[in-house]
Amino acid sequence: MQSISEALGLALGLVISADADLFEIVRLSLYVSLSATVLACAFGLPLGALLATTRFRGRGVALVIVNALMGLPPVVVGLFVYLYLSRSGPLGFLGLLYTPTAMIIAQTLLITPIVAALSRQVLEDMDREYAEQFRSFALGWVQRVQALVWDGRYALLTVALAGFGRAVAEVGAVIIVGGNIDHLTRVMTTAIALETSKGELALALALGMVLMTLALVVNALVYSVRATATRSAYA
Amino acid sequence: MRDTASYLELEADAGLSATDLHYAPGRSRLIDGLTLHLPDSGIHCLIGPNGAGKSLTLRLLHGLLTPDAGAVRWRGDTMSASDRVAQAMVFQKPVLLRRSVAANVDFVLKSRRSADPTFRDALLKRVGLEGRNRQPARLLSGGEQQRLALARALAIRPRVLFLDEPTASLDPNSARLIEEILCEERHHGTLCVLVTHDVGQARRLADSVAFVSVGRIVEHSTTDAFFRAPVSREARAYLSNLMVL
Ligand SMILES: Nc1ncnc2c1ncn2[C@@H]1O[C@H](COP(=O)(O)OP(=O)(O)OP(=O)(O)O)[C@@H](O)[C@H]1O
Ligand SMILES: [Mg+2]
Repeated sequence: MQSISEALGLALGLVISADADLFEIVRLSLYVSLSATVLACAFGLPLGALLATTRFRGRGVALVIVNALMGLPPVVVGLFVYLYLSRSGPLGFLGLLYTPTAMIIAQTLLITPIVAALSRQVLEDMDREYAEQFRSFALGWVQRVQALVWDGRYALLTVALAGFGRAVAEVGAVIIVGGNIDHLTRVMTTAIALETSKGELALALALGMVLMTLALVVNALVYSVRATATRSAYA
Repeated sequence: MRDTASYLELEADAGLSATDLHYAPGRSRLIDGLTLHLPDSGIHCLIGPNGAGKSLTLRLLHGLLTPDAGAVRWRGDTMSASDRVAQAMVFQKPVLLRRSVAANVDFVLKSRRSADPTFRDALLKRVGLEGRNRQPARLLSGGEQQRLALARALAIRPRVLFLDEPTASLDPNSARLIEEILCEERHHGTLCVLVTHDVGQARRLADSVAFVSVGRIVEHSTTDAFFRAPVSREARAYLSNLMVL
């Protein structure tokens, strides 16, 4: 067990010297979470748009479910994906368990409801504002949704960033389906958990710093996207 | 010019007509037996006190609201989708897209598959917004927003143009510009249905004036006749207050 100051010094050293192990882990983290964000947007945004612009029986129930799924515990998602991908599971034949793909699937499931629920809110608020004008223009549904998505572009970008932030910081899902295998499925959060339990505080702290910096960067991006949008009254 | 009687007896299939419209969301009978026959061109004003139902009437005529009873017809037939497409409305509060000035007009043109930058620029010039193409539409002043909304409505090349107090927040010069545009539209055979609180404007522009009071038309006559000798008690009361001022 190192002292905290000693560990901090070592950690800074790792970050500054661009340590190869450290960067491999960071790179995999970004790859997994960015892929999950892209996929979650591909599924969640259309779902949000559908929920925002259509009225059907059971819509209220659907909204409650999607909103509740926002708070899904990552370990539960991990467990669920594990059951499907494990050798005896229905998708076991794909051999995906303990691969980055499995981690992407788990994180995608985790943040799709977030993207869907938040974009639903964004698009529905805007739809309410535009509804009469769009009916007056005699727009079809596709034109209407296209216009809403384009006009909501800044808000939707912050939704995607929120999804990414959640994905990159979670540990429960990736550790179950990824297994935290060195050089293969070890990402920042799982490495921090492991290194800490081993008493290897330097790498854990170094990764913690990167993770914190990433969180700062994401929030700075959200802030500047909002500021840009507000400056031109496009928010 | 038609006289008082002929406006009231205008054939229901002449242009735009509403017969015995009722609109009562919840319990309040907001529109209560409204009948209005308009020819298929010219400028026709709806005037009346706040809350009389003028904006609701425009929405019903334009098909944004469905009446609980009664029907809106265009040249004798129920309004078809293609009739609707040829109508435009300038709302009391303009709703502009989160885009540039030019993109707001382009949006309408594209939705009609007729993107045409030259036409768009001509429209913007016509409403006094030339050279403002790239500015964010929502940063325009209230009056400029209203004029952009009009440009967007004109982009539709409407057969029927509904205008809900389009000059309410405009300075006198801009208001005059809008009035000139409406006169040009009339010249092209467009039917303009204009809600206004500006009695002088109704006098200058309108071919006929309909007075709205508690959800119905209580009087509809030529502009001359209306201002010379209003028949209904409500219109007389409304105008007499103005005369005092
Ligand atoms: N969706 C609605 N639900 C309930 N009441 C409504 C609704 N829309 C309008 N009203 C009411 O109907 C009445 C008429 O409204 P409308 O907007 O047509 O008035 P107006 O004649 O245009 O008034 P103004 O001159 O102030 O614009 C008002 O009392 C308003 O409160
Ligand atoms: Mg009104």
